[in-house]
Amino acid sequence: MIELRGLHKTFDRGSEPVEAVQDINLVVAPGSIVSLIGPSGCGKSTLLHMIAGLYEPSSGEVIYNGRPVVSVNTSVGYMTQKDTLLPWQTVRDNVALPSRLAGQAKAERHRAAAEILGRVGLDGFETRYPSELSGGMRKRAALARMLLYRPETFLLDEPFGALDAQLKLAMHELLLRLWKEDGQTILLVTHDLVEAITLSDRVVVLTRRPSRIILDQEVDLPRPRDVLNVRFTSRFKQIYDKLWDVLRVEYEEERL
Amino acid sequence: MSINAATGQQAPAVSRKPALADMSKGRMLVCQAGVFILILACWQLASGRLVSNFFISNPVDVGKRLWEWTISGFIFPHLWVTFYETVAGFVLGSLIGVMLGIWLGVARFMSRLLNPFLFAFYALPKIALAPLLVLWFGLGLQSKIALATVIVFFLVFYNTFTGVREVDQDMIDTVRLMKARRHQVLLHVVIPSAMSWIFAGLKISVPYALIGAIVGELIAANRGLGFLVQRMGADFDTTGVFAVLVVIGLLAIALNHLVEIAQVRQERWKIVSH
Repeated sequence: MIELRGLHKTFDRGSEPVEAVQDINLVVAPGSIVSLIGPSGCGKSTLLHMIAGLYEPSSGEVIYNGRPVVSVNTSVGYMTQKDTLLPWQTVRDNVALPSRLAGQAKAERHRAAAEILGRVGLDGFETRYPSELSGGMRKRAALARMLLYRPETFLLDEPFGALDAQLKLAMHELLLRLWKEDGQTILLVTHDLVEAITLSDRVVVLTRRPSRIILDQEVDLPRPRDVLNVRFTSRFKQIYDKLWDVLRVEYEEERL
Repeated sequence: MSINAATGQQAPAVSRKPALADMSKGRMLVCQAGVFILILACWQLASGRLVSNFFISNPVDVGKRLWEWTISGFIFPHLWVTFYETVAGFVLGSLIGVMLGIWLGVARFMSRLLNPFLFAFYALPKIALAPLLVLWFGLGLQSKIALATVIVFFLVFYNTFTGVREVDQDMIDTVRLMKARRHQVLLHVVIPSAMSWIFAGLKISVPYALIGAIVGELIAANRGLGFLVQRMGADFDTTGVFAVLVVIGLLAIALNHLVEIAQVRQERWKIVSH
């Protein structure tokens, strides 16, 4: 269970303070998938940083499983927008790093890494270095790393942004399948409304900076969902239209 | 050959002379040997004609002298002493520099506290410490090793410190979220990330370690290449001075080469990235 209570975050950038997040109240039920959507630079990443315990809120608090988050929250896996693979380790060593830190035997973690890399379509790249991979491949490697160590909660910051359409669908399917097995809580930041609705139990729309919640929409589409075809159902369209009406205003205001 | 897009015809092939800078490695080596011989020839011809042999000696005499020293074995104890001092100073200075650099790079309070003192020391020309070190450590090898150590320490320390400070915070955060302990963050992120800085520091400090050893020997010693240069100079033996300089130069090249080999092994991940 993740609870955000009256969360504010202000950054001191040069002379004037920038208010990134303003009075966010949100409860994420365990085992649910929640998407955060909103204009770029609206403070979504800031929110994830605070949940991970990497930023301290200016006021308000983050409660994780009943306890306030005051330092790095090791119950979450965080896939940031920037891929954070270690350049000096091979793809396999990167993916297996969490298991290595936990003291797992080499043979075992290599086998597990090879398997998960196969599932994200990176078989044969085990001994390459991140610099030899394309942007999309690096994203998939970072995703594989998280899927392998299975933290209780996934924080995903635009994890599929750099992927082409087919690959995106494959990754959606993989994510939902693993989620069904393990039942993690997933908090997903995205710009892609279709992606948000396809995957989530709830879609939360944020305003442009300073960020507030303007709509918290439940997605009551039945599961398991067909990640390709669910978007053609009428209920999907209703939800999409409702979200888009709100989101469009934010995007338009941003452009002015 | 390029194809003209509009007409679909082949553009006339332009025959270009290959640029001189692109010549093959072997040819370049031949040219470099040529330059070397030319310099030696000029030196040989100038000696005794344009400038007195007393001041600039000549390559043939220098060569003869080097040959004599090699045959008699005269040069080797001196070469060994200087090599030993350089390597010992380099190793000691690097070890202390890397360890302290990593520690202060990570410990923010200590680095803020000690920063002005370290900077003051950094700005001080370390060579000026030589007389003091001779006083403390005597005329033997220790004082030269100490001087080389001090010089190497500061170079390596500052590079390591900067390297550790440059580590991408996002990478550290990611690994901390994976439940990494402090020493694991250090081992898997901080040190590998700072490695190219550390190696840059090690590389530039090799010639400085040699400078430390030689300067120490120039000031007060009874062995070593620096001592030899000093003695030959005092005896007005220009040929001897040049011969020792050649030996010092060769030693410097050999030491640099060793570091390069070590670095290539270390940074395979960087070399494969284009």
